[in-house]
Amino acid sequence: MIINHPLLGQRDAQEFTYLGDACLIDRPEWQPEGGLEEFTDYAYQRENPAGEHRELWFHEQGDRSWLVVTRNTLTHEISKVELATDVARARGRHK
Amino acid sequence: MTRISGGLMDRSKELSFSFDGKTFQGFQGDTLASALQANGVRLMGRSFKYHRPRGVISAGSEEPNALVELRSGARKEPNTRATVVELFDGLKANSQNCWPSRKFDALAVNDLLSPFFAAGFYYKTFMWPAKFWEKVYEPIIRHAAGLGTLSLEPDPDVYDKGFLHCDLLVTGAGPAGLAAALTAGRSGARIILADTDFLMGGRLNAERFALGDEAGSAWAAAAVDELASMPNVRLMPRTSILGAYDHGIFSAVESVSDHLAVPAEGKPRQILWRIYAKKNLLCAGAIERPIAFPNNDRPGIMLAGAVRAYANRWAAVAGSKVAVFTNNDDGLRTVTDLLAKGIEVVAVIDTREDGPVVSGAEHFRGAQVINTKGRLGLKSITVRLANGQSRVIACDILGVSGGWNPNVSISSHQRGRPDWNEDISAFVPGKDLPDGMSVAGAANGVFSTAMAMNSGAAGAAKALELKSAAIDLPETEDDPVSIKPFWHVKHAKGRAWLDQQNDVTVKDVKLAHQENFRSVEHLKRYTTLGMATDQGKTANVNALAVMAELCDQSIPETGTTIFRPPYVPVALGALAGRSRAKEFHPYRMTPSHKWAEEQGAVFVETGNWLRAQWFPQKGETHWRQSVDREVLATRSSVGVCDVTTLGKIDVQGTDAATFLNKIYCNGFAKLPVGKVRYGLMLREDGMAMDDGTTARMAENHFVTTTTTANALSVYRHMEFCRQCLWPDLDVQLISTTESWAQYAVAGPNARKLLRKLVDPEFDISNEAFPFMACGEITVCGGIEARLFRISFSGELAYEIAVPTRYGDGLIRALMDAGKEFDVAPYGTEALGVMRVEKGHAAGNELNGQTTARNLGMARMVSKTKDSIGSVLSRRDGLNEGNAPRLVGFQPVDRAAPLTSGAHLIGKGNPAIAEHDEGYLTSVVYSPNLGHYIGLGFLEDGETRMGETLRAVNLLGKTDIEVEVVSPHFIDPEGGRLRV
Repeated sequence: MIINHPLLGQRDAQEFTYLGDACLIDRPEWQPEGGLEEFTDYAYQRENPAGEHRELWFHEQGDRSWLVVTRNTLTHEISKVELATDVARARGRHK
Repeated sequence: MTRISGGLMDRSKELSFSFDGKTFQGFQGDTLASALQANGVRLMGRSFKYHRPRGVISAGSEEPNALVELRSGARKEPNTRATVVELFDGLKANSQNCWPSRKFDALAVNDLLSPFFAAGFYYKTFMWPAKFWEKVYEPIIRHAAGLGTLSLEPDPDVYDKGFLHCDLLVTGAGPAGLAAALTAGRSGARIILADTDFLMGGRLNAERFALGDEAGSAWAAAAVDELASMPNVRLMPRTSILGAYDHGIFSAVESVSDHLAVPAEGKPRQILWRIYAKKNLLCAGAIERPIAFPNNDRPGIMLAGAVRAYANRWAAVAGSKVAVFTNNDDGLRTVTDLLAKGIEVVAVIDTREDGPVVSGAEHFRGAQVINTKGRLGLKSITVRLANGQSRVIACDILGVSGGWNPNVSISSHQRGRPDWNEDISAFVPGKDLPDGMSVAGAANGVFSTAMAMNSGAAGAAKALELKSAAIDLPETEDDPVSIKPFWHVKHAKGRAWLDQQNDVTVKDVKLAHQENFRSVEHLKRYTTLGMATDQGKTANVNALAVMAELCDQSIPETGTTIFRPPYVPVALGALAGRSRAKEFHPYRMTPSHKWAEEQGAVFVETGNWLRAQWFPQKGETHWRQSVDREVLATRSSVGVCDVTTLGKIDVQGTDAATFLNKIYCNGFAKLPVGKVRYGLMLREDGMAMDDGTTARMAENHFVTTTTTANALSVYRHMEFCRQCLWPDLDVQLISTTESWAQYAVAGPNARKLLRKLVDPEFDISNEAFPFMACGEITVCGGIEARLFRISFSGELAYEIAVPTRYGDGLIRALMDAGKEFDVAPYGTEALGVMRVEKGHAAGNELNGQTTARNLGMARMVSKTKDSIGSVLSRRDGLNEGNAPRLVGFQPVDRAAPLTSGAHLIGKGNPAIAEHDEGYLTSVVYSPNLGHYIGLGFLEDGETRMGETLRAVNLLGKTDIEVEVVSPHFIDPEGGRLRV
């Protein structure tokens, strides 16, 4: 596949490693006592859609940026590629 | 002589070749199949299952029968289709699957037993008794089955990989492909034109159509010349496109040297290309299909289009009396062409009552071939006339045409299914095409030469969005398709073949239907139709037409099976490229590698790294002697070990401490500058992921280490946390594993040795530089270095790091300075022995299934701060009373050996899973204690000190009594660390 890196342009997917659903960005708040249910969902539950999927790729053999790639799991068409830091910040993640 | 006049071979270049030990002559431009036929050879091998005598049926890569073993010795290649072998001088080939000879094959007895060998017989018979399968049935079947034999010698050739980019990839250089390439090439776009054949032109080289006032082959040659002169065009003959992958990526294999006896000096045998095509035009042509009738598989029975291809392009006809059996007008071209060459056409059998008549040959219309005779070569056919009478006709070649199938494979590599086109009675590419693909010519169901060329030119223009006028194309034949579907002859006795390579007959399809394996995917697996090396290219459509009939549904309703790459068989050597044997993956060598080699070190592969495993000295013949010595020498004086391979990650920024505090389960926020701390990283699910040490070099500067194996994954994980979880923390990471050469210096004399190298202004006394201190220093008169007082061995120890380029210099300086202390270089084995003696966890214990609690580090998981994995580590299931705990083991009989991986079973219990209480993870011989010791996980282990159990290894058949002890075998108080 070809991933259109927002900074570097088109790169072969072979330069990347794949992690999984971009929902991994939405890590729950830590709680000193509870949080088991939220973290269990976070670690194990996935939508696993047959269709558009937002997922995390790491440009291991390139600039070492994490990307959020919007890819159709049926057709493999990639419609969007964003820097993961941009997506994380947009989702309210900071420190 | 069956070599006639004409043909496109170079008759000035005569070639000698042998087949089954007999020598023949051919010409440059012949294939092995054409040359054999020119020499009158029709019998070329035996079929897979029934060992029936077989000959070639096609003139292309779709060939199911003429599979030969090419060459001898290390380059021997089984299952090579004679139709695609370019003849070269001295070529040696042998038939396959027949013993002792292709004329007399002992296993032809299988044919007599055929009623028992119908589809599905493998799993209906050979089932009982169960124990016979491994010892009796399987060896017999293995011996009888298979096609061809391997040389079992290493491949002497090299294979390369390459990358190409283009605006338009044109697959297939027949009339459509050449027209497309000319259109695209003249526009200046970057074009690749690929064709499997060594001579581009496709059917233009096999038919007698004129293009304008030129022969088709002449026009093709001129087109190729023009394309060759264009710098923006890359011609790739002898190149097979294997698969259409996502986003316009194609794989292709180019035969660079297959047509030579040996590759030229420095040249690869084949190249595997990865082609990035912005757009691609599939001009793969069409493949003829036969008609099924009883005994339709005899040598001499061929596809009609192939009969005339051999006559026209290769001036070869392997017989003198030719008959043609057809259901469409195209089959009649063979009649016309052979008559034009002066070959006798003894009969034309047309299933259509109203088929056209070609003068010069006797026609039987509304007729069918219902049987044939001639086991080793066709002798006669039996024809059932329209009026029901039979006629036997003597002939030695029968050309059969059931129509043409557009070659849709590559168009369906990305989930697409072809559509049925009633007009041509064939499948054409569907609407769901791979990225960037369009189809032209016969591959798209556009069969006449004129229309194929137009569609190729138009397709190229559209793909490249060209605005200029279309190119001039010569006038040529534009005949319509005229076909009446006819798939198999009914009401005739005898087996009728559909898939000749896997020996699947119409009867097998009926059996599949009867057994309710009716979907095409079930039909395929139940009968093995289409599963051989030809992937059923001349069989699938006919077979599913038969199934459609049986199910009383239409062909489109029946559908096709999924098409997958590779389009043609590809050598594993081509897929491997240079990644073979020692070059399977790159080697990474540590800075002390050269020096270690000089010492005669034995190396071990740790991932891509080569690490010294031990350093044998003169007189040492067994590795234990070296390892025991290195361990004893280190603990008694001083040893040095290269630990460069462990991951190093530089962590910098005002939030570096905060960041590390979230990555490690234990606390790092308050680590003082100049101190090192052991850290445990968990996975988010609470499992221990990696451990190491982190040193605080300065307020905002840390150096984190990881295990060797996890250097890459820990760095990846830390970047994930930094970029995706806490993107606004002021922290930066960089991997510095290769930037620093790092050596462990361990033993009672470690400080004394280092003092000789550390520059005098740095105080490394125990007071100034205590256990777990770190600092930036210089050594050897000003070379920057980092010193860490950490110990994996349990002795007084340091790790000293210098920039990699000084690594070789430093190891030599350490060895030189250490002479007075009898310094011993030690390798990974001694390193392992010492850490087990101390009870330090390593990769074996951090196996992805163990938690901090299992490791005895439950208290390290902070309850007052967020860290990766801390919440899920609290799960009840991970914290039950009898959770496994890391403990030590020693054999009750001190002389007994232990095996890592052995399971712990209570003394009176049977060795079954129900009584499995744990397992040994690491086992070494301790020269300090004089016996084997081990670490392992035991349920509730920390409360069971002194208990005896059995360590059971069912594979190795050992059962040793062991005593549960503390994992810290040597210096459990840690006094030696702190001197």
